[in-house]
Amino acid sequence: MQLAAGDEDRPDHTQRPADADDLAPTGLMPAAVISRPVAQHVPEPAYAISMRGLVKSYPGPQGGTTHAVRGLDLDVPQGETFAFLGPNGAGKSTTIAVLCALARPTAGHATVAGADVVSRPGEVRRRVGVLSQHSALDADLTAEQNLHIHARLYGLSRRHARARAAEVLGTAGLTDRRRSPVRTLSGGMRRRLEIARALLHSPRVLFLDEPTTGLDPHARAQVWDHLRALRDRHGSTLFVTTHYLEEAENCDRIAIIDRGRVVALGTPVALKAAIGDDLVVLRTSDDTAARQVVRGIAPPDRAIAADSGGVSLRVPDGSTWIPRLCAALQRHGIAVHAASAAPPTLDDVFFRHTGRSLDTTEPGTAPAGPSPAAPTPSCATTSETGGRR
Amino acid sequence: MSGPTVQTPDAPHTPDGPAPAASGISGDSGAHGGGAPARLRQELRAIHALVHRDLLRLAGRRTHTALMLLHPMLYLLVLGGGLAALIPRASLGVGYQTYLFPGMLMMTVQTPAIMVGIRLITDRQSGYLRELLMAPVSRATLLLGHCAGGTMTATAQGAVLLGLAGTVGLPYDPLLLVLLLGGMILASFTITALALALAVSLRGAETFHTLLGLIMMPLLFLSGGFFPLHALPGWAHTLAAANPLAYAVDLLRRCITHRVPDQEAATGIEWAGRQPPLPLEAGLLLATGIVALLWAARRFSRPE
Repeated sequence: MQLAAGDEDRPDHTQRPADADDLAPTGLMPAAVISRPVAQHVPEPAYAISMRGLVKSYPGPQGGTTHAVRGLDLDVPQGETFAFLGPNGAGKSTTIAVLCALARPTAGHATVAGADVVSRPGEVRRRVGVLSQHSALDADLTAEQNLHIHARLYGLSRRHARARAAEVLGTAGLTDRRRSPVRTLSGGMRRRLEIARALLHSPRVLFLDEPTTGLDPHARAQVWDHLRALRDRHGSTLFVTTHYLEEAENCDRIAIIDRGRVVALGTPVALKAAIGDDLVVLRTSDDTAARQVVRGIAPPDRAIAADSGGVSLRVPDGSTWIPRLCAALQRHGIAVHAASAAPPTLDDVFFRHTGRSLDTTEPGTAPAGPSPAAPTPSCATTSETGGRR
Repeated sequence: MSGPTVQTPDAPHTPDGPAPAASGISGDSGAHGGGAPARLRQELRAIHALVHRDLLRLAGRRTHTALMLLHPMLYLLVLGGGLAALIPRASLGVGYQTYLFPGMLMMTVQTPAIMVGIRLITDRQSGYLRELLMAPVSRATLLLGHCAGGTMTATAQGAVLLGLAGTVGLPYDPLLLVLLLGGMILASFTITALALALAVSLRGAETFHTLLGLIMMPLLFLSGGFFPLHALPGWAHTLAAANPLAYAVDLLRRCITHRVPDQEAATGIEWAGRQPPLPLEAGLLLATGIVALLWAARRFSRPE
């Protein structure tokens, strides 16, 4: 009974698998060595998604080969909300296509919801739901009709299809619009309807490829409220791709992917803690002079930059430095117009690992002030393990 | 969720192992969990879902449906009515409107049947096709569903036009109507299958439209729907013998002759001066449709 499947399972996903604590801190190692160092005792089905050496290449232009995905090793436990964060063209959608058994991997293998994507694609597809980046509904049919057709495609009986359609319409908050043709629905409503459609056959794993692209901030927040509710109520495993940093913050763990490779993996807090230091920015009457003053009192190994944005440096506990810096500048007769201390952002993390900013994706563009040049593996010391709730 | 313990009754778990079906994405119908009956039911439900979608679209877009029906009606009543006075009955064996009727039935089913091909392309472009491909059924089933849906909607529209039989001087004989309906199902199926075979190998809707514009005109004029084929020069007559639409029109016309012997129209297709038997014509039409459908399914099943 697919209908009841979600409820039966509930006790299991309200808690994370035992190995979750082992997984999280490993996230700060380079991607090549992240695969479960301690958790070998856990049987494979504990993972909703598991991939080893996954490679997907396409024949490219002029007889060349485009390597969309270049060897992924990842495990996503049941009930986790996992984000794939990366710029456009990083290989996110390709990975999802492979994991949904829509495309065959060139090398490596992947298991999704207990079935191998190459040898048992039918089972994989029956057990996963997908929200594609350019997901489409039949605009000429009503919300209800769209859902009914989809449920029947997945082999639900007529009665079951009707019941499930009513149920997911309720979850999506679209019950009063069920008889409206889809073309009359707003963008946010359509997205919620698409999510509802992906949930019709009670999938164990839900893939969301850029779930909020093209939505305004309000609709985006609504979609995320909806997704959080799904996770909390049904314990669904969500695999989300995004290039919005603030969306990745909603997730339990993040893999930062760039050019087909995972460059960092961990909880949002752990990833940011790896950067460690806050960014302090001062705007003064004379930035060049101020830079000299700051150099005098800041810890000696810190890079201090002075540019059009002001004087900036990275220090631990940034806010406690502001009064000291201001006092010192005052003594040298330099007026401080503004001062700020900001904790590291995921963009800083992305920059740290790729040398590029996620926003610009042009080389050499620092997201905010100076960043440490090379990753320092010593900072994997966060106590944050789950990052949930 | 708690591992592989959750099984749907539709899909009892069977260890498939790396069977030959493990070749994956394309021919994956054997890789589903579950026995053959459960799998067959799943595939049938998917076909039903696609037919249901087409019927819902037909019912939901009334203006569009009405406009599609208006087209052959105008031909039949305006063109047919106008030319009826000019064309002597002796040259055709029947009145011109009666002569035109089978051709217009074919035109009525042809438009929605071809629309299926266009929709396959637009579905691909809009991303709806990807949603369909995610369904746990084989791709051949999806194509079959499209074909069944197209056949069904085309025949439904043709059935409406059958209501005009009285205005062109044909009796409302139940058996005649059943025969014509059967002929239209066959014609719809073949045209839908041909349209799908064309659509699976094309990526752009515009290419499809251009190609259709190019080939539809000769196909229609060589179908014998508007004028008798024997009026054509010899080479055109030979071409017509290779035109599936000509067989469809001939089939419908001979159904009428069969039930209403006094409405014996001029003969259509001839092979070396002899008219092929009716069952052979029907069989050829069916075979063309099946071959086109198989080819399209094969092409469609190739992983992208």
